[in-house]
Amino acid sequence: MIGFVQILRRDLRLAQRQGMDSVMAVMFFVIAVVLFPFGVGPEPNILARIAAGVIWVAALLSSMLSLERLFQTDYEDGSLELLTLSPITLEVAVLAKITAHWLTTGLPLIIAAPLLAVLLNMSVSGFPMLILALALGTPSLSLIGGVGAALILGSRRGGVLLSLLILPLYIPVLIFGVSAVDAVIGGFEAKAQLLIMAGFLLAALPLCPWAAAAALRQSVE
Amino acid sequence: MTMLFHRFANPTRFLRLAAVIQPWMAGITLLLGAAGLYLGLVGSPGDYQQGQSVRIMYVHVPAAWMALFIYSSMAISAAVGLIWKHPLADLIAKSSAPIGACFTFLSLLTGSLWGKPMWGTWWVWDARLTSMLVLFFLYLGYMALVNAFDDPQRGIRASSILVLVGFINVPIIKFSVDWWNTLHQPASVFKMGGPSIDPSMLWPLMLMAVAFNTYYVWALLVRVRAEIIANRIRILRLKQVHG
Repeated sequence: MIGFVQILRRDLRLAQRQGMDSVMAVMFFVIAVVLFPFGVGPEPNILARIAAGVIWVAALLSSMLSLERLFQTDYEDGSLELLTLSPITLEVAVLAKITAHWLTTGLPLIIAAPLLAVLLNMSVSGFPMLILALALGTPSLSLIGGVGAALILGSRRGGVLLSLLILPLYIPVLIFGVSAVDAVIGGFEAKAQLLIMAGFLLAALPLCPWAAAAALRQSVE
Repeated sequence: MTMLFHRFANPTRFLRLAAVIQPWMAGITLLLGAAGLYLGLVGSPGDYQQGQSVRIMYVHVPAAWMALFIYSSMAISAAVGLIWKHPLADLIAKSSAPIGACFTFLSLLTGSLWGKPMWGTWWVWDARLTSMLVLFFLYLGYMALVNAFDDPQRGIRASSILVLVGFINVPIIKFSVDWWNTLHQPASVFKMGGPSIDPSMLWPLMLMAVAFNTYYVWALLVRVRAEIIANRIRILRLKQVHG
């Protein structure tokens, strides 16, 4: 537990002192969403119809931007090897790093999302659900992405490879995240979608750090 | 059982066995494939609704079965390779991927060709089609990862973990896509001919399914042998360089 907190604090401090990562992710998020009205036209009805989907897809892509560096810097300067040798369980260390990633990337996206929803003319009734669905979904994205980030360590062309590996695995989160928001806007209950997303999160929470730690052990062998 | 299992971990023994099995597999594939194609294209009647285009099914359905079957066998080989460090299981997983990707692509392509006359469009976001497309992406991701490392062993290890993660995810993706599709498009156009399928159509279908299976084993043996030989060449070259 102490190890978890220490690694989390280290990563947050690193992100704060040297990284523009979270700012870049939010800027990418905003720009990607702003491109859509240019692409599909400025009609408010069309924008309102696609708002939830556009915001979710942009959130997936921007949470992936900083994933590549999740283990990469530690891998290059050798601290990853020390981490695997240290008495802290590697799975716990991985979970701490993924938590740090979510705090620096996922959380800012959730805060920026309502603003973008206004720009896309989304119905106000959907705002609380958009935030709730993103809050449930983005941790799963960070967890799944952590596995991908661990797998590509030491490979050629890491970044593009990462997107090929994990974007297909993001599809379930995307489907239920968008459907929860659309359901509430349409006047339906979204409890089922939220429960399923919570289920994803609960399944990913133990499984993903385990798989990512296995991949990290392979990479430092 | 375990003894037998480890007995064939020896590549030389495997090569000897493969040399015996391979011509048989080739023969069965050609024989049953020819019989299945003849029965399917000439010997069986057209469907009373779909007409002649029902014959696409004799390639399409077995290809879709193989796509799922090969991904499952890759997951099993990957698990065996990770747990027991079984060198052949690693190679089987690696060599299966391109074959599986081809079958997935074949099933998507034939499905699309069938869809044009039947539904009037090349592609619909039907639940089944969409999950096959995602499976195709999973295959591509695996193949990209396995070849992305300078050390082939590392590539195999990493992609073994990936295929296991993907294997857990395939049912989840399938379920999600079904849900998504029923929300967006309640009336599905696609309904397989029903539970009762006439023997005149079942026979060519089953023959083709067996032929595709033996083709998979045949192609797999060729690829695994090539991998083993390539490994040996690499080691010999290294020895030459280092004197």
